[in-house]
Amino acid sequence: MSNSIKVSVWRGRETGEFQSFDVPRQPSQTVLDIVTFIQRNIDPTLSYRFACRVGMCGSCAMTVNGKPRWTCRTHVDKVVEDGEIKISPLRNLKVVKDLTCDMTEFFDKMNKAEGKFHPTKTRNDDFDVVLPDDPTRQLAAQGIECIGCAVCYSACDVVEWNKDYLGPAALNRAWTLVNDVRDGGNKERLTAISGDSGCHACHSQQGCVKHCPKNLSPTRSIIGLKRATMKAALKGEI
Amino acid sequence: MSNARVETKLWVWQRLSAAVLAVCVIIHLVVIVYAVQDGLSAAEIISRVSGNFLWLAFYSVFVIAIAVHAPIGIRTILKEMTSVGPGATHMIMATFSLIILAMGFRAVIGLFNASIIG
Repeated sequence: MSNSIKVSVWRGRETGEFQSFDVPRQPSQTVLDIVTFIQRNIDPTLSYRFACRVGMCGSCAMTVNGKPRWTCRTHVDKVVEDGEIKISPLRNLKVVKDLTCDMTEFFDKMNKAEGKFHPTKTRNDDFDVVLPDDPTRQLAAQGIECIGCAVCYSACDVVEWNKDYLGPAALNRAWTLVNDVRDGGNKERLTAISGDSGCHACHSQQGCVKHCPKNLSPTRSIIGLKRATMKAALKGEI
Repeated sequence: MSNARVETKLWVWQRLSAAVLAVCVIIHLVVIVYAVQDGLSAAEIISRVSGNFLWLAFYSVFVIAIAVHAPIGIRTILKEMTSVGPGATHMIMATFSLIILAMGFRAVIGLFNASIIG
């Protein structure tokens, strides 16, 4: 292990350039550690976003050597190429400054996909019983651990081609709610996610699956949605 | 018909035609390999397919499945890769489908009715 690492960091907005820094190597160093080192010791004007540092909050995702990654859980050893690391903002999102993206569009699409809970009961009703081995609960469980980091959104070529495409995370969220027995919004949800920017636009390329830091499969969720919309269309519900 | 319904139905049609094509392509390729064993000539092909109603039915299904499947894919490519509007996209889809049907059935009917001259 050499003593330092050459780091190229994107500076600017939609237009800008890469700036080089030499950062000391440390054992078990993460990419987020590198960015933090630059900001605290070399250039305090560097903008980036993070919160939890332990892979829970989904705010520190960046493009590292061309691939979208959660930087707090990405070890430098794993991604360094010839002693160099290139860090840029996530693809498919507007850049606010340097490594910080505007996540508005990403979260707006969660709403457009009806990724919100539609309650069917009041506080006077009894609890629903959802058993762990219930098939719908298990389907929901496969997608429920999404942290909303937008790595999948950045990895998705369909998002690049079709700016209105809802994207893997929003569709995955919709699928977890389709399988929530307590939810009553499936008619609206299936209508919302089956338009020309919805699940049928997915090519099953699985860039989302390859890069998801939580090892989820949004593609599998989207396939589930395609089948659900087919059943709803045959029944005349959408 | 709502946008959601159109997109879902197009997806179903493309899936159904893909399932038909998967079977058709396998039979098509296996028969080609099998038929070539006895040598490949125009006379050999025509003697095998001409007047054969089973052959006619199989390739009619094949052509129809392609005419359904391919234009839906072309539509997606036009939507994603070009700035062609929805109206023009549907015209191109319909034209492409008709061309496939015309060319496909011209070949199928031509071979079904063919006879060896001389």
